[in-house]
Amino acid sequence: MKYRIAIMAALAVTWTGSVLAQAKDPTIAGIEKYREMLGDDNPAELYEARGEILWKKAAGPKNVSLEKCDLGLGPGVVKGAYAKTPRYFGDAGRVMDIESRINWCRETIQGFSTADIVKKPFGSADKPSEIEDLLAYVVTASKGMKISPPNSHPKELEAFALGEALFHLRAGPYDFSCGTCHAVDGMRIRLQELPNLTKTADAKGAYTGWPAYRVSTSRLHSMQWRINDCFRQQRFPEPKYMSESVNALITFLAVMGEGAEYKGPALKR
Amino acid sequence: MSDPMKIRAKLSGDVAEIRVLMGHAMETGQRKDAAGKTIPAHFIQSMTVEVAGKIVVDGQIGTSVSRNPVFGFKVKGAKAGDKVVISWVDNKGDKRSDEVAVA
Amino acid sequence: MEMNVTRRTVLRGAGSLGALSALIAAGVLKPTAAFAAEWNKAAFEAQDTTGVLKGLGAGTPGEHKGLILKVPDIAENGAVVPVDVVSTIPNTVSIAILVEKNPLPLSAHFDFANGALPEAAVRLKLGQTSLVKAVVKADGKFYIAQKEVKVTVGGCGG
Repeated sequence: MKYRIAIMAALAVTWTGSVLAQAKDPTIAGIEKYREMLGDDNPAELYEARGEILWKKAAGPKNVSLEKCDLGLGPGVVKGAYAKTPRYFGDAGRVMDIESRINWCRETIQGFSTADIVKKPFGSADKPSEIEDLLAYVVTASKGMKISPPNSHPKELEAFALGEALFHLRAGPYDFSCGTCHAVDGMRIRLQELPNLTKTADAKGAYTGWPAYRVSTSRLHSMQWRINDCFRQQRFPEPKYMSESVNALITFLAVMGEGAEYKGPALKR
Repeated sequence: MSDPMKIRAKLSGDVAEIRVLMGHAMETGQRKDAAGKTIPAHFIQSMTVEVAGKIVVDGQIGTSVSRNPVFGFKVKGAKAGDKVVISWVDNKGDKRSDEVAVA
Repeated sequence: MEMNVTRRTVLRGAGSLGALSALIAAGVLKPTAAFAAEWNKAAFEAQDTTGVLKGLGAGTPGEHKGLILKVPDIAENGAVVPVDVVSTIPNTVSIAILVEKNPLPLSAHFDFANGALPEAAVRLKLGQTSLVKAVVKADGKFYIAQKEVKVTVGGCGG
């Protein structure tokens, strides 16, 4: 009996101990120092520079540049446009995230086919895709702005609701939802702390954390990629690039992250 | 064609803080491709930093430097407007040189 | 340091990269030769610390509190590990940075002149948990500092 109590007490101590340790874990502290030392020299800037050239260069079957592209603030306005997406675009009749919108311009202005655009949206370290370069250029032009998706048009509200529902939808072989890991506090996959995306502070950090240059893959990853890969990790069938579901989830995340200051593409492990 | 370097040169008192980001694969020569063939080494081997016409840092680089290298240096006695020229050459003879003014 | 004599002489003699470029343009020097020929092959191709130190002509360097090596204790990913070296030892003219466990430990070697402070910030690849070492030369003597960086296996997410 005494022995059993001792075990119970030990377990209780271990349990509280581990909960406390989450706050002061030397590993987490070490990783924070690592991130701090990485500083803000971000290879995403190389993407941005290439993207700016691409944006201004005549290309595609119609041989025109993207300089007349309307990202939501009027034709040719790049500055601040990303911070105000996803949004409803009347000409397309649907809610689009920034990446979908840039691709829309590549299709409608430059004449690229949808097939060309969706063929290889996610590049590799050796061969970054053009959309990743363009994306880096466009999002960087919202540096210092507050994330403020309009979230007012009926279609935008609809997208938010759909995104929220998808976020909590449990399915797949693991019976997982995004929320299984991202609607609770203190979750971790190995050393990575997982944000609780239903909480404002975490949601702000997470939303402004993409697009990101990852040092482990030596390339820039977009939010479209992030959502796609989250589904892969849950062992769901991977959603289609720029599909309504992906854009709805991005809308949900953007609205949850509203008010966050955008600091440009992130740099991650 | 190699990506242009991103160079920052910021004056703090009379010290220029120089940071440079270079676009380069920095292939070690130790990795194998999907077919099991060794990917040949391809890396920046030498670099120089020149401020106001004088070489201040003369660097030799090995394969352990990360892909898309970042370097930081400090140069005393620099003035606003001084030209900073950074150059690199890799082991295949590819080279690049970019410049910026101290701000 | 024999390997570097020619290199430094060329640079000092030329005085500037402009002059060096002139030599290149005149066909006196080939562009690659102007830089890469002086790359310290013996040190960079050495497979252990001893070999690197020998290649650098550094012998058995001692420690010095004026040599400061800043590294993270833990790296989230070994592909990019920030390393800062600062020497407050008077007359420091060069800094070499080594990753002990890498197949080729010598990562970078910098010579400083014309007002450059003996400091360098670099980002290195670490194949595994390893000691990172900084070796500086000051007044003809060599000094060393070392610290361990633990490399973790990255998870997913983030």
